[in-house]
Amino acid sequence: MSQQPKISVRGLKKSFGSKVVLDGIDLDVGVGESVVVIGGSGTGKSVMVKCIIGLMEPDSGSIKIDGEEVTGRTRSDRERLMQKFGMLFQGSALFDSLRVWQNVAFGLIQGRGMEAAAAKEVAIHTLGAVGLGPEIGELWPAELSGGMQKRVGLARAIAAKPEIIIFDEPTTGLDPIMGDVINDLIIKCVRDLGATAVSITHDMASAHKIADRIAMIYKGRIIWEGPAKTIDQSGNPYVDQFIHGRGQGPIQMEVRAL
Amino acid sequence: MEFLASIGRVFFAFLGATGRLALFTVSTLSHAFRPPIYARLIGRQIIDIGYYSLPVVGLTAIFTGMVLTLQTHTGFSRFAAESAIPNVVVLSMTRELGPVIAGLMVAGRIGAAIAAELGTMRVTDQIDALSTLSTNPYKYLVVPRVVAGIITLPILVLIADIIGIFGGYLVGTYKLGYNPSAFLQHCADALQARDWISGLIKAAVFGFIITLMGCYHGYHSKGGAQGVGAATTYAVVSGSIMILLFNYILTALLFSE
Repeated sequence: MSQQPKISVRGLKKSFGSKVVLDGIDLDVGVGESVVVIGGSGTGKSVMVKCIIGLMEPDSGSIKIDGEEVTGRTRSDRERLMQKFGMLFQGSALFDSLRVWQNVAFGLIQGRGMEAAAAKEVAIHTLGAVGLGPEIGELWPAELSGGMQKRVGLARAIAAKPEIIIFDEPTTGLDPIMGDVINDLIIKCVRDLGATAVSITHDMASAHKIADRIAMIYKGRIIWEGPAKTIDQSGNPYVDQFIHGRGQGPIQMEVRAL
Repeated sequence: MEFLASIGRVFFAFLGATGRLALFTVSTLSHAFRPPIYARLIGRQIIDIGYYSLPVVGLTAIFTGMVLTLQTHTGFSRFAAESAIPNVVVLSMTRELGPVIAGLMVAGRIGAAIAAELGTMRVTDQIDALSTLSTNPYKYLVVPRVVAGIITLPILVLIADIIGIFGGYLVGTYKLGYNPSAFLQHCADALQARDWISGLIKAAVFGFIITLMGCYHGYHSKGGAQGVGAATTYAVVSGSIMILLFNYILTALLFSE
């Protein structure tokens, strides 16, 4: 890669007590690239993206955003760096005390000090971009279905036009059709914004669709990475087992006899 | 040895929790004095904490004042010292019972509500979402509640003092046959500025404790519905105990002659 990577992770380690979650992650994400990190539950995917976005401080290792080291920074530096990011949370994480449009406009009003009226216009516009009409903006998050909440979460993540968008299991818990709608929206939004995207998922259909490149994480390390098209011929038994969803293989679930 | 090890574990856990709480307190205070200050959120919290607590605080205060008069009368009439009853009622209400009872009621009502709300926001990633939207959760969630607690509790306690003394007046005049104007005169004579001012200082401290404990336990809750339930319990229990502890400390400080 001749260009400087947007995100560059080196030797990232994080433990909780005696449990090692990340054991030396190396990952580069180029500008405008969409990288999907796959892996089983509890392999450290979420912890990795939380370290990248700055919600968690890693134990050791380096994370560079646009070549700028972000680990060990002060809180105000972190807040400045956070402006580059948008994140779609697994459970959408909408603020249930605020209306839908206030959720979408939140980052603009609170984070960037935009006037409420102007921010509302942007919010309605952004809701339109994810296929939700202006009347949805006046509802409360609890009145929406799971798929609509995901779309509002997506609108909130992109409203401030971030340079990097993190998607945490964007299709989990949705029916296959709604999952595909979300995938299409992610592709469209990332392309329209020219943003860099890091997604974590264990939904292979979603990974195939939204990824330029796929990396697989296992036991706190990246064990394979390559272009999305080549994952079916990875030749890696771990990857093969995961993408075909086989119970038998090198990844063993510890199960004791009854 | 196993026994000693378990004592050690409990001790270290206690030290860890104390340290975390101290850090949380310092963060809250440092964010309280730096912009942005969310004045509108503070206003909304004042209404939540103050206005909506009025019925419960008022009811507890009036019954406390009434029962206090009744019991004092039972005790003092044995010594023919009934004229001291207004004195006792006024001092007890303003110095101790007003702040402590209002504090405990608000700890149950508001401490629990804050812990449940912030705890739910924590376990549904809403607090993380705040951070990703360039909003400091301390400034947006914690500071408005704590500031509102410090402002509101003294006002609530002032009202509780008045209602409590009024309860005493009702029982004193209608049930025990006091002369109304003499009762009020005795109350006014007994009351000194330091009595009710010390009560209001206590109230401000209690407001800080209640909201801080609610925020702390909610902010650090984990593990879904059960975690939020535990956070709520801790917030009320630790808030109540700290109110009683600090009530003693403040009394010793304010009235040390």
